[in-house]
Amino acid sequence: MNQRQLAKIAKRVGFWALVGLIMLYAVFPFYYAVITSIKPSSELFRVELWPSTWNLDNYAQIFSQSSFVRAIFNSIIVAFSVVFIALLLGITASYALGRVRFRGRSTVMLVILGVSMFPQVAVLSGLFEVIRALNLYNNPAGLILSYTIFTLPFTVWVLTTFMKELPMELEEAAIMDGATPWITITKVFLPLMWPAMATTGLLAFIAAWNEFLFALTFTLTDAQRTVPVAIALLSGGSAYELPWGPIMAASVVVTVPLVILVIIFQRRIVSGLTAGAVKG
Amino acid sequence: MASVTLSKVNKIFGRDHIIKDVDLSIGDGEFVVFVGPSGCGKSTLLRLIAGLESITDGDLTIGDMLVNDLPPRERGVGMVFQSYALYPHMTVYENMAFGLKLAKASKETVDERVMSTAKILQLEDLLHRKPKALSGGQRQRVAMGRAMAREPRILLFDEPLSNLDASLRVQMRNEIARLHTRLGSTMIYVTHDQVEAMTLADKIVVLKGGHVEQVGSPYELYQRPATQFVAGFIGSPTMNFMPAELITGSSDGCRISAKGLGEIALPQSADGYNQGSPLTMGIRPEHLRLEAPTGSNCFDIVNVEYLGNEVYVYLEPKEGDTLLIHRSEAPSQWKEGQQVSLVPDIEHVHLFDENGAALLVSPTRSAA
Repeated sequence: MNQRQLAKIAKRVGFWALVGLIMLYAVFPFYYAVITSIKPSSELFRVELWPSTWNLDNYAQIFSQSSFVRAIFNSIIVAFSVVFIALLLGITASYALGRVRFRGRSTVMLVILGVSMFPQVAVLSGLFEVIRALNLYNNPAGLILSYTIFTLPFTVWVLTTFMKELPMELEEAAIMDGATPWITITKVFLPLMWPAMATTGLLAFIAAWNEFLFALTFTLTDAQRTVPVAIALLSGGSAYELPWGPIMAASVVVTVPLVILVIIFQRRIVSGLTAGAVKG
Repeated sequence: MASVTLSKVNKIFGRDHIIKDVDLSIGDGEFVVFVGPSGCGKSTLLRLIAGLESITDGDLTIGDMLVNDLPPRERGVGMVFQSYALYPHMTVYENMAFGLKLAKASKETVDERVMSTAKILQLEDLLHRKPKALSGGQRQRVAMGRAMAREPRILLFDEPLSNLDASLRVQMRNEIARLHTRLGSTMIYVTHDQVEAMTLADKIVVLKGGHVEQVGSPYELYQRPATQFVAGFIGSPTMNFMPAELITGSSDGCRISAKGLGEIALPQSADGYNQGSPLTMGIRPEHLRLEAPTGSNCFDIVNVEYLGNEVYVYLEPKEGDTLLIHRSEAPSQWKEGQQVSLVPDIEHVHLFDENGAALLVSPTRSAA
């Protein structure tokens, strides 16, 4: 009896120790970024887990730079546009791919998946030419286009899988009620696909928000940059000094919205990722 | 309300010929049931009428209008699905109003139609609930309400009761029958359950392998099945079949020898059949009499099932392995292990030829 209780306690302690370890591993870098961002620059290289002195100078400094504020604004525009376009195209494409029987459907699906298999670097130069030809160089629209290309495959795949799971009879009922495909999608399917849309939308948002390589390559001036590039290009007092404080402050500023979004949509993401796994 | 006419309707999916030359006319206000084993094409036929599938060949007329190429919304049909297929995110009211709103009906019309439909189906208290907060029977009624709200000329039911439990099924069957009396609209109903077919239908259409096996009233189908398939499909427990052989036959009667029963004289006309033609004799379980065994007419009672109001006696012939069933009112004197002889009621014996077609009772004999 006693032994069994002990074993039980040991198991529980082990479990929570493991959880703590994983938490530490996942959260520590972010925590360190936060405390670094609120340290005065003189304290920056003193290793400590809890800052002895702190202020918000670094935040004041980055927000006083108009280029950084502008970059945040650009990022917001780009990320929301990508999410909107990806979801719009994703939903309509998934209706066609998940609901309409046509020859070559699986080929189309595989080609879509194929697009996302290339590493960014491989398509960078080609895409650069495309952007130039479309006259979108140094324009957020160029970024929106290139991010959409990379988020669409995932969006289409997830939404198609989800769309296939919706009962056929539901669509037929809508047809009997006189609904056109567009009405069926918007009035019947969309309200049922919120979990999948929240999941794919959020992932598209994160991808667009954090993307660095394209943003660096396809923009030239401060006024067109997005946040990741702006952070990387933050400069200190001299060419030999990296402004760690402001960089950390900027990182925290751009990460917090993501964390908040994930927390808001957390439950939907989970139900979206597992949707269709079990019959509801 | 409208009549429906199908003439030489065919449906081919890829290489599968699902519906073969179906001719059918459904009168205004009739309750027609399509029945058959799974895969017989009954649901496909319903979907062709609904417009959810396109007709490969043939003509479909609703009222006086050829509707082959019309989309469902222009055909004036409403459909109740097997899984109900209610819109989960809409309330009962919105579910019923959806079609009306899409048809651009005015707000007052929508309200009036939904309310009157809800009244007929006793859904008034549930109008603001979502489908997930409803019981199976209530969902079923909402599904019917949604189909009825647009006042279609024809109501289609695709196995609407198969998701309900047994007692609810009986209750809903009753409600559908009363609804038909009350609305008087043309209804077409698909089921694999022959009890639903028998109880609801004005006219039953038995389908097998994509073609119509027989069309008739429940009484006709039960009393005068046109084929061995219909004879075996309608009626529970199923009709007994035993191999037989034609001894002599003319246009006004015949003599056959049935395995185990010896020679029997029957009123069926055997015109066109040769002596010695193999036949199948069919007799329903309630049209057999059990008596003391005589000579070769001798069967073993292998099981006796007591159902309260009636008794099924299972009989095994001396040769052959097909069990025969005898049905009688309870109580029964028969016990397992006894030996008996079978006496068929000549009036109710059916004869089928090798192709399964029924031999008709000769007109001279049936008049007498």
